[in-house]
Amino acid sequence: MNMIEAINSGLDNMMARDDDVVIMGEDVGYFGGVFRATAGLQEKHGKTRCFDTPISECGIIGVAVGMAAYGMRPVPEIQFADYIYPGLDQLVSEAARLRYRSAAEFTSAITVRSPFGGGIFGGQTHSQSPESMFTHVCGLKTVIPSTPYDAKGLLISAIEDNDPVMFFEPKRIYNGPFTGYYDKPVEPWSKFEASEVPEDYYKIPIGKANIVREGEAVTVLAYGTMVHVANAVVEEHGIDAEVIDLRTLVPLDIDTIEESVKKTGRCLIIHEATRTSGFGAELSALVQERCFYHLEAPIERVTGFDTPYPHSLEWAYFPGPVRIGEALDKIVGELTS
Amino acid sequence: MAEDNSKTNLPPLSLHVPEPKYRPGDTVDYSDVTIPRAGDQPRPDVNSAPAAMREMVYDMVRVLDDDYKAVGPWDPKLSDDTLLKMLKTMAQVRAFDDRLHRMQRQGKTSFYMKCTGEEATSVAAAMALDSDDMCFPSYRQQGILFVRGYPMVEMINQIFSNREDKLKGRQLPIMYCSRRLGFFSISGNLATQYPQAVGWAMASAAKGDTRIAATWCGEGSTAEGDFHSAMTFATVYNAPIIMNVVNNQWAISSFSGFAGGERTTFAARAAGYGIAGLRVDGNDPLAVYAATQWAAERARTNNGPTLIEHFTYRADAHSTSDDPSAYRSAQEREEWPLGDPITRLKRHLIHRGVWSKEQHEALDKECIEAVKVATKEAEKNGILGHGLHQPFETMFQDVFEEMPWHLKEQSEQANKEREIKWPDAEASK
Repeated sequence: MNMIEAINSGLDNMMARDDDVVIMGEDVGYFGGVFRATAGLQEKHGKTRCFDTPISECGIIGVAVGMAAYGMRPVPEIQFADYIYPGLDQLVSEAARLRYRSAAEFTSAITVRSPFGGGIFGGQTHSQSPESMFTHVCGLKTVIPSTPYDAKGLLISAIEDNDPVMFFEPKRIYNGPFTGYYDKPVEPWSKFEASEVPEDYYKIPIGKANIVREGEAVTVLAYGTMVHVANAVVEEHGIDAEVIDLRTLVPLDIDTIEESVKKTGRCLIIHEATRTSGFGAELSALVQERCFYHLEAPIERVTGFDTPYPHSLEWAYFPGPVRIGEALDKIVGELTS
Repeated sequence: MAEDNSKTNLPPLSLHVPEPKYRPGDTVDYSDVTIPRAGDQPRPDVNSAPAAMREMVYDMVRVLDDDYKAVGPWDPKLSDDTLLKMLKTMAQVRAFDDRLHRMQRQGKTSFYMKCTGEEATSVAAAMALDSDDMCFPSYRQQGILFVRGYPMVEMINQIFSNREDKLKGRQLPIMYCSRRLGFFSISGNLATQYPQAVGWAMASAAKGDTRIAATWCGEGSTAEGDFHSAMTFATVYNAPIIMNVVNNQWAISSFSGFAGGERTTFAARAAGYGIAGLRVDGNDPLAVYAATQWAAERARTNNGPTLIEHFTYRADAHSTSDDPSAYRSAQEREEWPLGDPITRLKRHLIHRGVWSKEQHEALDKECIEAVKVATKEAEKNGILGHGLHQPFETMFQDVFEEMPWHLKEQSEQANKEREIKWPDAEASK
């Protein structure tokens, strides 16, 4: 399965297991979503379980919160993460805090799915990575998969979770693991082990990172598309890096990060989102607070620039192999020279 | 393209900024407010198409006439007992408001909001609903809790944020919540409850339930995007919901003109969405009851949503943080042409021969006494700012279902600080 098929399979499994799981969003019903993530689900599970909505993110999220208050488990889709802002108040002030302000009398068991990130020539309004806006909000969980296998397992966990979960799907790797070289063809997921996705139900726990590559020289923290870019660069330079796919930003697997950085003594943080107040800043602070006496080099961040996403200069913006290579050289140069 | 200088004879464009008719010191003249005669309004069948009852959004449903008789097709023909219960509940709400407002002035809590003059819009409405219908209130519908039997002591515990506050001292005073009584958690962000209520109603419909949802907002917050999203979803999915707009004329110091009330009615918003809309005399408890009953039956029989504008008046300040004498004429309240809901119902019951002035005076005393007793009881559990009523761990609970590591760390930090800052604090950790 590619990542879209894996997400579809996760949704299908959950709809079959639990009548309270409903899918809603623009174009998700008959058409199956602009990325086809919900294809066939309306036909299989019925119109009241998977349905199109008005173009109103405020309405989609607000209605989902109300359905969750009733006792359902809505999985609203926001067509592109860039469109989430009209629904922000419902997420930040309502979904995130409902459990807290009602002393758990009401909860918002919603999973907001949304494709995010750039690299598809989507311009300013189809390329953003807004995850840190949500990690700053108390009461929201933020999950970002990097493979089809993880996407399905994490999505099932998210839907079963009784807290509101932001599930951001890196759309650049829906079809294959993009390595950062925009001029090279993307290999389809079918060539990789992570595409071996069981048809049946399985879970990957929220809050547990994945060490995708063990190493001694430097710890590389990444998530989503950037896991694959990081891997490719590390391999290209022959660096003995430990690459950690965070999978979940909140709650964060701090133990895995801490253990790794204490072992390697070096840390590189990579994300596609803009730099200032990005999630990398939080990671950097945590690593500094917990691993300072183990560090042998300053923590480095590789991120998108602090500009809106440019259309024609997309590849200049994208934190690709050159930017990552330079950062690695700064941190581990002495080891590789 | 038009030729240059073609508009030289036109005056420059001008921007219209709405201005209320009366400011402090002005003499009020309500002669231009159209108050239709009670009983004149037709009562459409509950399955009427919204388009067939469009004029209802400009009219005003009224039942009590100038002689306090119930007249016309909207008379809900309620029993004496029901009407007496309605009157007593409204009187209790008012007594509660008066005392708790004073308690805020005495420094026993941080904030309070009265619903003086608007009691009918929650009490009569809630009485017309089934007890298990779900309410998504705004901040002036304490009347719903009174109708549904929420103990006053628990309300005051919440207002005082004391150790018995069911919401663990986390919410502003008056932002109650009771799942058991179908009273959704109140948000300070306006109209957010509107789409949520529609979602709840959609879920109820999808599940083949029999319960409906009702929600309330002020006329000011109909300007919020959430209101319009909710209207769209309600009409698209034919949600079983009653959407109440309490038009009390004032959103803090901004008059209803700033929500678009100068040019049309708030009930007329419904027509644009193809939703049934009713404009109701909000100070006529029988009209409020009748309209809600009509809308509830409509929702319960799959005839879809209704928007009800309750035309009323906020007789008091917006909240304890507000001073209406700074922006509106004192006469407005005194001369409000639709009177006071409690007085009108009282006179109706006297007219019916089941109530008397003396009984009402006794009722007021009883209500005051009941609040006094409840307040004393609640005060035993503490008042805001006097002591640490909640264990510090509660600050970190319910952010998530399970506490993650970072909150556990911060909770430990808070407890450590407590030992240092308040070594003799009474409340248990």
